[in-house]
Amino acid sequence: MLMRCGPGCHCPSPSPSNLIPKRVTSKESCQATDGKHRQSQKMIHSLFLINCSGDIFLEKHWKSVVSQSVCDYFFEAQEKAIDVENVPPVISTPHHYLISIYRDKIFFVSVIQTEVPPLFVIEFLHRVADTFQDYFGECSETAIKDNVVIVYELLEEMLDNGFPLATESNILKELIKPPTILRSVVNSITGSSNVGDTLPTGQLSNIPWRRAGVKYTNNEAYFDVIEEIDAIIDKSGSTVFAEIQGVIDSCIKLSGMPDLSLSFMNPRLLDDVSFHPCIRFKRWESERVLSFIPPDGNFRLISYRVSSQNLVAIPVYVKHMISFKENSSSGRFDVTIGPKQNMGKTVEGVVMTVHMPKAVLNMNLTATQGSYTFDPVTKVLTWDVGKITPQKLPNLKGIVNLQSGAPKPEENPSLNIQFKIQQLAISGLKVNRLDMYGEKYKPFKGVKYITKAGKFQM
Amino acid sequence: MSGNGHSYGEQAGEAAPELAQEAAPTTAPSVPAAFGLFSSDTKKNEDLKQMLESSKDSAKLDAMKRIVGMIAKGKNASELFPAVVKNVASKNIEIKKLVYVYLMRYAEEQQDLALLSISTFQRALKDPNQLIRASALRVLSSIRVPIIVPIMMLAIKEASSDLSPYVRKNAAHAIQKLYSLDPEQKEMLIEVIEKLLKDRSTLVAGSVVMAFEEVCPDRIDLIHKNYRKLCNLLVDVEEWGQVVIIHMLTRYARTQFVSPWKTDDDVVEEYNENNFYESDGEQKEKDRNVKKTYTMDPDHRLLLRNTKPLLQSRNAAVVMAVAQLYWHLAPKSEAGIVSKSLVRLLRSNREVQYIVLQNIATMSIQRKGMFEPYLKSFYVRSTDPTMIKTLKLEILTNLANEANISTLLREFQTYVKSQDKQFAAATIQAIGRCATNITEVTDTCLNGLVCLLSNRDETVVAESVVVIKKLLQTQPAHHGEIIKHMAKLLDNITVPVARASILWLIGEYCERVPKIAPDVLRKTAKSFTNEDDLVKLQILNLGAKLYLTNSKQTKLLTQYVLNLGKYDQSYDIRDRTRFIRQLIVPNEKSGALSKYAKKIFLAQKPAPLLESPFKDRDHFQLGTLSHTLNSRATGYLELSDWPDVAPDPAVRNVEVAESAKEWTAILGKTKKEKPTEKFYSESEEEEDESASTGATESESGSESEKEDKEEGSSDESSGSSSSSEESSDSESDSKESTAKKTSGAVKESNAEESKKKAKGISKNRNTSSSSDTESSSSEGSSSDSKSVSDSRSDSDSGKSGSATSSKKEEKTAQDRKTPSKQDVFLLDLDDFYPVTTPVAVPTAAVLSPSLTADLEGLSLSGSSVIDQVTTQVFVPTKTHEMLHRMTGKGLSAHYHFSRQPDMFGDHMVPVQVTVTNTTDQKIENIHIGEKKLPLGMRIHEFNPIECLEPGGSVTVSMGIDFCDSTQTASFQLCTKDDHFNVNIQPPVGELLLPVTMSEKDFKKEQGMLTGMNETSATIAVAPQNSTSLVIIEKVVKAANLGVVPSGQDNIHRFAAKTVHSGSLMLVTVELKESSTAQLIINTEKTVIGSVLLRELKPVLSQG
Repeated sequence: MLMRCGPGCHCPSPSPSNLIPKRVTSKESCQATDGKHRQSQKMIHSLFLINCSGDIFLEKHWKSVVSQSVCDYFFEAQEKAIDVENVPPVISTPHHYLISIYRDKIFFVSVIQTEVPPLFVIEFLHRVADTFQDYFGECSETAIKDNVVIVYELLEEMLDNGFPLATESNILKELIKPPTILRSVVNSITGSSNVGDTLPTGQLSNIPWRRAGVKYTNNEAYFDVIEEIDAIIDKSGSTVFAEIQGVIDSCIKLSGMPDLSLSFMNPRLLDDVSFHPCIRFKRWESERVLSFIPPDGNFRLISYRVSSQNLVAIPVYVKHMISFKENSSSGRFDVTIGPKQNMGKTVEGVVMTVHMPKAVLNMNLTATQGSYTFDPVTKVLTWDVGKITPQKLPNLKGIVNLQSGAPKPEENPSLNIQFKIQQLAISGLKVNRLDMYGEKYKPFKGVKYITKAGKFQM
Repeated sequence: MSGNGHSYGEQAGEAAPELAQEAAPTTAPSVPAAFGLFSSDTKKNEDLKQMLESSKDSAKLDAMKRIVGMIAKGKNASELFPAVVKNVASKNIEIKKLVYVYLMRYAEEQQDLALLSISTFQRALKDPNQLIRASALRVLSSIRVPIIVPIMMLAIKEASSDLSPYVRKNAAHAIQKLYSLDPEQKEMLIEVIEKLLKDRSTLVAGSVVMAFEEVCPDRIDLIHKNYRKLCNLLVDVEEWGQVVIIHMLTRYARTQFVSPWKTDDDVVEEYNENNFYESDGEQKEKDRNVKKTYTMDPDHRLLLRNTKPLLQSRNAAVVMAVAQLYWHLAPKSEAGIVSKSLVRLLRSNREVQYIVLQNIATMSIQRKGMFEPYLKSFYVRSTDPTMIKTLKLEILTNLANEANISTLLREFQTYVKSQDKQFAAATIQAIGRCATNITEVTDTCLNGLVCLLSNRDETVVAESVVVIKKLLQTQPAHHGEIIKHMAKLLDNITVPVARASILWLIGEYCERVPKIAPDVLRKTAKSFTNEDDLVKLQILNLGAKLYLTNSKQTKLLTQYVLNLGKYDQSYDIRDRTRFIRQLIVPNEKSGALSKYAKKIFLAQKPAPLLESPFKDRDHFQLGTLSHTLNSRATGYLELSDWPDVAPDPAVRNVEVAESAKEWTAILGKTKKEKPTEKFYSESEEEEDESASTGATESESGSESEKEDKEEGSSDESSGSSSSSEESSDSESDSKESTAKKTSGAVKESNAEESKKKAKGISKNRNTSSSSDTESSSSEGSSSDSKSVSDSRSDSDSGKSGSATSSKKEEKTAQDRKTPSKQDVFLLDLDDFYPVTTPVAVPTAAVLSPSLTADLEGLSLSGSSVIDQVTTQVFVPTKTHEMLHRMTGKGLSAHYHFSRQPDMFGDHMVPVQVTVTNTTDQKIENIHIGEKKLPLGMRIHEFNPIECLEPGGSVTVSMGIDFCDSTQTASFQLCTKDDHFNVNIQPPVGELLLPVTMSEKDFKKEQGMLTGMNETSATIAVAPQNSTSLVIIEKVVKAANLGVVPSGQDNIHRFAAKTVHSGSLMLVTVELKESSTAQLIINTEKTVIGSVLLRELKPVLSQG
């Protein structure tokens, strides 16, 4: 499976797998270990993008060229892991180290040659994926293939000699304009380009996250306080573990250089906070006020965890009865979801997913509300409930068909539940006020609260 | 696509010989003969060539885009080089950029042709626009053509003194590129690095440190002069640079500072040896001095302080970098602060989780306490990937202790049932490890595992057998039953490892199961030929052991088995058979060994150690690739051990500009230390040595400050240093200040300002030293900056922040006043042993609060509501027993809460401990030993009691920061030769500081704390409790609350704030008809609120 070719080796390497026939070139594989290239550089050497079927559809080298054959080690690890989720992020090969991330069905595999903090690379690769997402609306193979030139230009700007250079999306957007339908039409006619002809000034200033000369006719600042409840609830319905994690995502469209400060009614709730680099840390330390010059556009202002001392109110409860009869090929399934402590707000967008045991063949259920699907291949039951009204509790029950002869599953499957509550931050966090300094106009301000289920497991 | 793939393969074949000829470049690669075979491709390329040569930009651009597409797919486009390189001077920016992309990819292969482009870059290097200069340097240095090394060197040198920091940043990047191209330039490059390290721009810092790490990581001497600057700039450096700088500084600090870890015990020993010739008494005294006088190098402290805020970074790599820095550099007590942030990272992507969990696993082996409070964050979810699950399991196992093992085992039970069998097996291993580590639960675990033996899943059973085997080996004493049970299982288990384990067990302990063992041998002998090799070997072993112990019954059986083994297919088994036969079956040829056969086979075997796979990972620096892989990665730089003696710290002094930083560092330190030292010097005269060092330090601090003032006015360059300092101030607009810094135009005014600031600080410091406020180490920095901002806001008259800052000023003013009084009080306590506990003087306070509150209401005019901490209203006389004289071998200790605010800093609850000697001998050196505190809790120790006469008793004061929880603080009370474990558990009422406020403010605050923040109860009030005076007295006695004047007779209000977090705690008692009352508590700290409610209820209802 592996191609361990020494320098000068001309062996026709055995086909590593039938997935990737075009990588089978003997000379290429030798080049990887070619001693001629001096390879003492640090940080990220090359990047390969690989799709789920094992095609390398993009490669970029920041230093000398590393052959694609290095990815064979990765494919080997992938095969061993069975599940994509279990591919180890760090793989050691004789001459290189491979650090990879898996995002949106694409593996970003970076080639490293020397000691480097692995998180540094992982974090950077995610930033690259984020940037693609930001530019093309999705980080899919087709989007990348369609915009291969922009991708190349972006990668060129983001990394210099393997060391991150410009990773702030505000700067990148000044350097390389994101594609829009209108612009691509215009470009095709006029032959003009996506490359910005203005030079990025943000990179030179001490606020690299904000581009200069922003102008809007409507000045708006929106903040979304989004909280997620992570919980593990045991069979009896008591909470094993519950925690609230929140983020404040902002969409700021303000002209000039606004200096904002955002204060909370109850900042003490925020136990552990991580900030966007624009936030002045000292000010938070001393006054618990978020003071910052915002980037332009969408960004995540802070993410936080609510202090664990406060008890977490769990907004829904689930009554479930799943039983499999011994020596019989059927079982019963009965689940009811109801609201609990929702502070007068409706629980919406409720979706329940259950990974049924392997022995389950099919399920015959009736739902009083919403619709359910059962995928017999992945054994995943999905029940899209929708809104919960306290008057009529949604219920799903029926018969489970088991593989005959198979032993009875030992454990009841765990239920994963998603839901949404609008206009409520479950921790009780409230934005007090937003002040703006530095500019004269009056911005339109808005705050939205949403509570969601994070990793919510029964 | 597939067609391309085919031709691509052959094309690549063409590329390799070309590479080989690199030294003697070939003729133009467009020679058709070379590519004749692939006419279709060549035609396509002809087409591209034509487009590139066309006069239209759009055609060129199109061609370039297609070429880049080819490069991206990994196809060879090198033959187009001549056509492409012509466009390097294109006016169109996008074409230019794409040409750059092409150049960087192929220049190495086409060196001669690449030279054509060089002049363009050389011209661009002189461009007036800094961005064009920078990008020209970037591309020039990325072209890996050795001939241009001198040109690159020149360009880098020039760029390193460019006015634009952005160009200098690119110069730093170019250094690495040039170094990898031609390492012989090293010396020259180091000079450039040295120059760039002095750069003050945050843009440059990260890149140049990267270059330093690449080119000359061993030249630590280059860092000395820049150390403080790097520390101070760190917060403003971009995130990637932060990671690199933090890693470098970690290595640096390990070579330059002495270990902060030795203070606990090692130091004492070391110095004992050193002081060999000194008399005993002196020596002991010196020991303690040594212990006390370990002071962290201010530079060391500076690093820790400046990296701490970065824990809040959104970048996981930065957080991890700080975490490893604290792990490797911080005193053990401080390293705990990183755990919260690391746990936060667990919400991140799978990959981040993987790395972070690995690091936590290593940390949790050495210091359990760090992650114990977050135990539940490591609970496994069914949706986690297996690798995450196993890592979490690993951490849970590391964290297991007597207290949490029962919850953990319950959690493990659900894991065992998991559908992920690999994980279930790992869980069983984990249970095994818990069982060996925690003796209390060994039996429970063993029973649980035995139950698992009847599990339907084979892997689970097999794993259980293996683990049980290991467990039994550790304590084989009385587990005959389990072995019998397992022997029965043998019929059903098919997994070889499990079968082998059972057979081994039976063989090893065959004397304990004398009846079963031969039978098992009989059965297995029958199935011998069908067994796995592993099992066969164990059958042979079993036979041999039985032959030795019970030869009568098993002689024939064993020989049968040996005969079978003799003709086995596996040579391993044949070998083993021969070996065993020679050893155990006596014959004339058998050597001396057969006499010892029994000893050889049935020797006591050491039990296997069930250890964490992360056990020895800690010799790698955390957060590194090597740590993740658990093997040395190329280029890994070893973290050196702490030096025994710190190298001269003066090397970091920078004569002119750095003095500003120096005094802040020293200021922070002296502020932190002084209170303790003064404390000692006044109470114990022997300690004056350490106190005098403190004094000299503070002197030197003020000296350097003076220097700075002078230099600030005389030397211009210090202006820039102070402006950079200013940028870290929260108040100033950072953009503005850096604009000043880079332009360097307004230096004069800056110098003025810095002078002013220095004055402000010195003033501030004088007052603080006279009043002797204590601030804890973490507090030190913030109060520092606060005072600076205070003094500045005075002059600035900025209205925006004035409300808050004035509030703070008022607070500090009050802080200053009160403690000085207490200091005297404290002295009294220490010097003249008071026999009784202090008596309270509640009357005045109880009667007059309305008056004071009215006055306050006037003066405060609503700006500040809560932070008015009043003195205690009442001091409870109730004492709690800490150490009974029976358990304490004659030493008894009681404690009570003295309710004096601010005695040991903001977050400490003062506790008075009365120690009594009931023996008839002197007890010497009573002090606090090892502390076992929940996370975040801190103790300010009382100073050791030198000697306690028989029958005597002493009252000492200590401070405990309970973190607003009622968790017990456990520590050891040590005497000269003994130590006793003691606990202090605070009643919730003692976690509060009374606050005075007007009724209006109270209602306002109460209005904001409704809903979830309100708890209430209705209680029956005993008739004798219904007068207001009694109620106030009772409530105030039960909890440290301040009385709020009330307009209504039937409503009583009390206010306080929690000691640690300063959250408001509002208590209302409303008397109703028929001797009931409504008790309402409003607070953000709902937990404490409800506990307080519970405690107050009986106070009022009982007579």
